Amino acid sequence: MMDNELYQEVLLQHSKRPRNFGPLENATHAADGHNALCGDEISVALRIGNGTVEEAKFTGSACAICTASASIMTGEVKGLTCDAVGTLAGKFRQLAKDGNVPDIPMKLQVLGGVHQFPQRVKCAVLPWETLVSALDSPVA
Amino acid sequence: MALKTSEIREQFPFLKESVNGHPLVYLDNAASSQKPERVIRRMSRFLESEYANVHRGIHLLSERATAAYENARVELASLLNAERPEEIAFTRGTTEAVNLVANTWGRKHIGEGDTILLTEMEHHSNLLPWLNLAREAGAKVEYVPVTENGAALDMDVAKTLLAKHPKLFAFVHVPNTLGLENPVAELCRIAREAGVTTFVDGAQSVGHQPVDVRALGCDFLACSSHKMCGPSGIGALWGRYELLSSMPPWQYGGEMVDRAYYDKPATFREPPARFEAGTPAILEAAGWTEAIRFLRDTGLEDIREHSIALANDAASKLRGIEGLRIFGPVTRQSGIVAFSIEGVHAHDVSFFANERGLALRAGHHCAQPLMRKLGSPSSSRASFYLYNTAREVEALVAIVRDAVAFFR
Repeated sequence: MMDNELYQEVLLQHSKRPRNFGPLENATHAADGHNALCGDEISVALRIGNGTVEEAKFTGSACAICTASASIMTGEVKGLTCDAVGTLAGKFRQLAKDGNVPDIPMKLQVLGGVHQFPQRVKCAVLPWETLVSALDSPVA
Repeated sequence: MALKTSEIREQFPFLKESVNGHPLVYLDNAASSQKPERVIRRMSRFLESEYANVHRGIHLLSERATAAYENARVELASLLNAERPEEIAFTRGTTEAVNLVANTWGRKHIGEGDTILLTEMEHHSNLLPWLNLAREAGAKVEYVPVTENGAALDMDVAKTLLAKHPKLFAFVHVPNTLGLENPVAELCRIAREAGVTTFVDGAQSVGHQPVDVRALGCDFLACSSHKMCGPSGIGALWGRYELLSSMPPWQYGGEMVDRAYYDKPATFREPPARFEAGTPAILEAAGWTEAIRFLRDTGLEDIREHSIALANDAASKLRGIEGLRIFGPVTRQSGIVAFSIEGVHAHDVSFFANERGLALRAGHHCAQPLMRKLGSPSSSRASFYLYNTAREVEALVAIVRDAVAFFR
């Protein structure tokens, strides 16, 4: 069944019980993302100190792929410098489009399957695009 | 009389398609409809032996093409019970028809401090052109609200707002999400008594039920060929002729001009030519004509009853699924059923459904403000038409149940 190729068990678990889901107190940076195709809306909030992402959380209403991607992403970027987050976001975009890319954390590779479903690539990438825009959006 | 669905289905080649070994079930008719053999054949015959540009050439093929193109006008005028074919201006679709009126009648009549009245259930196409016009003109936009769960238009508020004499009331006949039909004739009567010009978005109603512009009593109505078994790329604006003839052009070029000069202003042709600059969708007009004939031969009242019966069947079965919410009235007034499921996202439902051959729309259905108001930025939508069957309703319900089990 093709569903299982995309919706692997680990993804389903992340979408059903997302990690780092909820508002972030004392956020220093935040941004909203939106997928005009299907109406997904996601917000990413960060606490950045000394050029490093100390904490990352997300809220919103999104499909299983987008939710799982945000859940995994927020876990992966904690402790990374802002520059490293930018680099990782670029790699993730390539993974989602091509299915593989060198030197990418194992946990992210579970989303590589979306490249077979072009209309779902945006779902996986949306949290990362929102994250990148949050890096440049200090909370007023 | 009930539709002979099996005979109808034989006329639609797309039904021979399958997805992963499942028969294709097409429930995305509110987005666009499939085409019968008759329309496909008509279009290829037109290309083989009748195609040329229209209204120009003094030669056989141009005469044939012009006849076919103008026949489309006559056929659509007759379908809508217009007073004369010249009340039909062809456009690329409903969206372009709205933009046409906003840019011509609107720019002429809407000024600073004026009000444009819309409803909360408008598709982006009958919302954004008016918002843009209002911004440019310094006019105000007001909205007739929907009642709880989008069950109906709030008629009391509609009356109050119309009594404040807006310049224009633009509203949808059959919205693409709520499964309801607005009381167009009543709304137009109230508007007329208040001296308000009316524009009706008929994209989901024309070709799905009988639509008679004189019985409705509106001033303008727009529709699209692709939603009613015809090709995409053509639609129409119907307007009362005296309104059309008072409107300036909006796109300039060939075909719409009467006399052109290097050094003084051009003069323009009477409607509808004034609004049809450039080479029109000639092939599509021929296809649309055949689609209209096909739908009339089949019976528009029967098509409406069939679609609503399937939508009601689907709605009552889907309601049995825990956490599933259907937007709009309890009893369907059109063939549309939009729903959201607690804990399961619409995009996943559609993807899951597609794996089993079922085409279902997911998203905001080009009505973002409405879906936001209803508290569901993304929902699934099944929309039924003449070729759908009770068996396909069963398939829909089974797939939605499976999707809930899989994702929740």
